[in-house]
Amino acid sequence: MSLKIKALTKSIWVFHLAASPCNNCDIEILDLLTPRWDIERFGIQLVGSVRHADAILVTGSMNRKAHERVKRVISQAPQPCFVIALGNCACSMEMFGASYNQMHCLDEVTKVHAYIAGCPPKPEAMIQGIIALIEAQLAALKK
Amino acid sequence: MGVIEGIGYLAGGFVVAAVVGMFAHWFDRKITARVQWRVGPPLFQPVYDFVKLLAKEVMVPEGASRFLFLSAPLFGLAATTVVSALFLRTVIFPGETFVGDLIVVIYLLTIPSQAIILGSFASANPLASLGGSREMKLVMSYELPFLLVVLVPVIKAGGTIRLGEIIQYQATQGAVIASISGVIAFVIALICMQAKLAKVPFDAPEAETEIMGGAYIEYSGVALGLFKLTQWMMMYVVPLFLMILFIGAVNWRQSWFNLLFAVLIYIGILLFITLVRNTNARLRIDQIMKFFWAMVTPFAVLAVILAFLGL
Repeated sequence: MSLKIKALTKSIWVFHLAASPCNNCDIEILDLLTPRWDIERFGIQLVGSVRHADAILVTGSMNRKAHERVKRVISQAPQPCFVIALGNCACSMEMFGASYNQMHCLDEVTKVHAYIAGCPPKPEAMIQGIIALIEAQLAALKK
Repeated sequence: MGVIEGIGYLAGGFVVAAVVGMFAHWFDRKITARVQWRVGPPLFQPVYDFVKLLAKEVMVPEGASRFLFLSAPLFGLAATTVVSALFLRTVIFPGETFVGDLIVVIYLLTIPSQAIILGSFASANPLASLGGSREMKLVMSYELPFLLVVLVPVIKAGGTIRLGEIIQYQATQGAVIASISGVIAFVIALICMQAKLAKVPFDAPEAETEIMGGAYIEYSGVALGLFKLTQWMMMYVVPLFLMILFIGAVNWRQSWFNLLFAVLIYIGILLFITLVRNTNARLRIDQIMKFFWAMVTPFAVLAVILAFLGL
């Protein structure tokens, strides 16, 4: 069992789900793959299909159209799979919350395992958020 | 050969192929990272990936053919394991192989591709069937020149279709690659190997950035893990096949240095695969077909003719 948990924390495949973002967070996510931060050191990879995902990175405040799609994509991921809200929009809808085309915040639609705030968050903040997620999950499994 | 001995060879072949294949996958990723001035994943990354996939949920998409979808990865893995076991026996006892094992190996090496085609068509996903149809065209493209260049060592070794005899011929008469036809054939075989392993520039069936993993798009958990393991094992089996056919360097009976030499050649071939994959862009499937049929096949025919003339 411990080998399984260790393997899961050492090899997190991330699916990037853009739910009507302004693209700023998405650019910062790609920074994580560049030589300066090189997240592959920790076994973290971006994957193209949600079926391969261990974590779903949601960016943007969901609008009316994106809402249903986000729910569907998250339901298609194999368990165990974590949902991470990236950026102020996904965490709290930010200033778009009062807009006519916004319905719900991400954590009202699905369970969110980690919040990474910032507009956009720095790559260091994202790495810290992922480490916090791993530590929280390990602590929960030990109990 | 007894049943227990056979099972032993199968188990040994599987373990060797899995361990070396995982190393090859790590090597590929590490060199890629170094080429891009990154640090790259740790040595045990493929083990973590595989164990993690074993622990994940397996999902079967709605409308998919359940039996075919879940059994396709097993076909590929089984075929690769049998090839690896055959090679293990060929390398240990080159004198005791059966007639026609070369043809058996060529057949078995196409089964992983067929498993990908079956699995992708069974998964009821349009992008997966696109990947499957591309894989089919890819197989049709590279298989013709590959079969032609495999004829070169056969002709050189006096028309034998036993791998053991090809190794023994090269131990006494010098490697096939030390002739003009051998060099041409080996270069073509390297190109075909790149396509067989579905690496860039011939990765149109997978195309992560275009059809999102293509044939593998609906696979998750153990099924995806087995597909990945098959891919990694192919990175051991196919280069070893080329080494047996063209270099004969696995002949450890002459001296133990040959074994070291073989390991160095294997790492050289892996390095070649990785560097080609990092310095090329993906070709469209029609470009791939044109490349193999119009440019590579004539050279393969030339190599066969030269081999007949004894060059």
